[in-house]
Amino acid sequence: MRQQLCDALLARSVNPKMIFLTGDLGFMALEPLQQSMKARFINAGVAEQNMVSVAAALAREDFEVWVYSIAPFCYARPFEQIRNDVTFHKLPVKLIGNGGGYGYGVMGPTHHAIEDYGVLLTLPMMQVFIPAFDEDVAAILEVAGDDPNPAYLRLGRGEVPQDYKVPVYAPWRQLTAGEGMTVIVTGPLVGTYLNAFRSLLKEQRPNLWVVAELPLTRHALPAQLLEQLAEQRGLCVVEEHVQRGGLGSELALLLLEMKLSVGSFHHLYARAHHYASYGSQQFLRAQSGLDVDTLVSVVTDKLKKDN
Amino acid sequence: MSLTAQDTMKLTKQILSAARKRLLQMHYESGVGHIGGNLSCLDAMMLIFHEYLGSEDRFILSKGHSAGALYIALWSRKHLSEEALCTFHKDNTLLAGHPPALAIKDILFATGSLGHGLSLAAGTALAQQLKGQNGKVFCLTSDAEWQEGSTWEALIFACHHSLSNLTILVDHNNLQGFGCTSDVASMSPLAEKISGFDLSIQSINGHDLVAIRQALNAPAHKCRMIILETIKGHGVSFMENRMEWHYLPINQEQFLQAVKEIDAQ
Repeated sequence: MRQQLCDALLARSVNPKMIFLTGDLGFMALEPLQQSMKARFINAGVAEQNMVSVAAALAREDFEVWVYSIAPFCYARPFEQIRNDVTFHKLPVKLIGNGGGYGYGVMGPTHHAIEDYGVLLTLPMMQVFIPAFDEDVAAILEVAGDDPNPAYLRLGRGEVPQDYKVPVYAPWRQLTAGEGMTVIVTGPLVGTYLNAFRSLLKEQRPNLWVVAELPLTRHALPAQLLEQLAEQRGLCVVEEHVQRGGLGSELALLLLEMKLSVGSFHHLYARAHHYASYGSQQFLRAQSGLDVDTLVSVVTDKLKKDN
Repeated sequence: MSLTAQDTMKLTKQILSAARKRLLQMHYESGVGHIGGNLSCLDAMMLIFHEYLGSEDRFILSKGHSAGALYIALWSRKHLSEEALCTFHKDNTLLAGHPPALAIKDILFATGSLGHGLSLAAGTALAQQLKGQNGKVFCLTSDAEWQEGSTWEALIFACHHSLSNLTILVDHNNLQGFGCTSDVASMSPLAEKISGFDLSIQSINGHDLVAIRQALNAPAHKCRMIILETIKGHGVSFMENRMEWHYLPINQEQFLQAVKEIDAQ
């Protein structure tokens, strides 16, 4: 999504009040932005804590500030700076983390960001945006950029079947329809399930939804989704994020508050920061049970048991 | 900061003495500590607030545990009321033990976790430059705060971006929470450690108003640092250079003794 990000930022940078800070990352992607923004493109060096505080100060002086790093370096090291300097002062700094989840695969656990949005959503006013498709990036950049709150954008790599027509961006989108259970996914992971779901029989095929904005209180749950959940055919939440503090727990709490029974609740999530061996994002997803086969088995087994 | 150049008011010995006593009274009435570090930086802060902060200028207190000195400086400039000061450290106050967020116009950032203020000051100074404004930014750090890695990150950034509108003040009282700075994690001599960076450095007596004025009046062509050689608990004999006054509250007998000493100075 880095190319789409650069294009969208470039378009937005016509605003002379926009400033972009990077923690020395963006090689082979952000050069056009650097050339175009000149002094407003600041490579703050390998010093994320300082970068975030500087961003807060610039935002307080009415600049529109974007901060970029790879996802793990974007929130973990400078967490206190995000908390104290950005969110305590309600400053609309936008943090962009590339390669959320297991995105940096075989680079190892220091480069994974599987607790990023859960951690950040504990902070006041923080908003999270997770594009599912490359095509979402431009729209999300506008929504996040215009939001008066601090925000975190978790980027990944678009993963859709070649023939797939990506639906126009919306916080909630239904991607497949069927008579199976309801599946809610966040992030590019959803694209990996499309082919398998489309080939399932209608009786087994889930109603597959992708959600791109958190906290869930940003938008009302879609009426159609609520109708499907009310049929109690089961709900499975899938996310490349640890179990605690993620989409699954937030949605479960919300449904409890709404007194909405969904029949059965399943949660597929990033199970570990460390595995016995290293590998690609796909490998690590499979280790966590986020792969297509695992999800399909959850969906179809559930159906068998019900019958 | 809403002070204007026309508003600036010459700092006199009488004003300073009144501020020192009011600071002690405030801590005595609230039964709280951090008095030593407040007294070490009070002279410089009072001078800056009375004589140097114009409408475009900014002050950021990085050593947030000296919030008391900041409140007193604002009170002394009539930016905080007597009534507000009486709420210090009490329930339902805006004057918390460390500078609050979003509560007081003249306080730009909530600080208290060390190692944030210099980055915030650097960002503010950069913003002034990008906007083509002439405002100056003053940032007061503690000496032990230079044990925080983020402070060095900020120094690298400030020097690299040639933030000539940024003045870094170091309250070099050589005492921190649980020992002498030179015994805990020494950076002594601090000026020498920092001298490799592209900034101007001066070490002066942090209680000598003439020396502080001279340092602040010198033309700044690059980011500058003024190391204020100070005494923790300055002005109160039984507090001076005593580590315990980093935390201890002051009792009635001690308060009366301190006031007597200040009046006699």
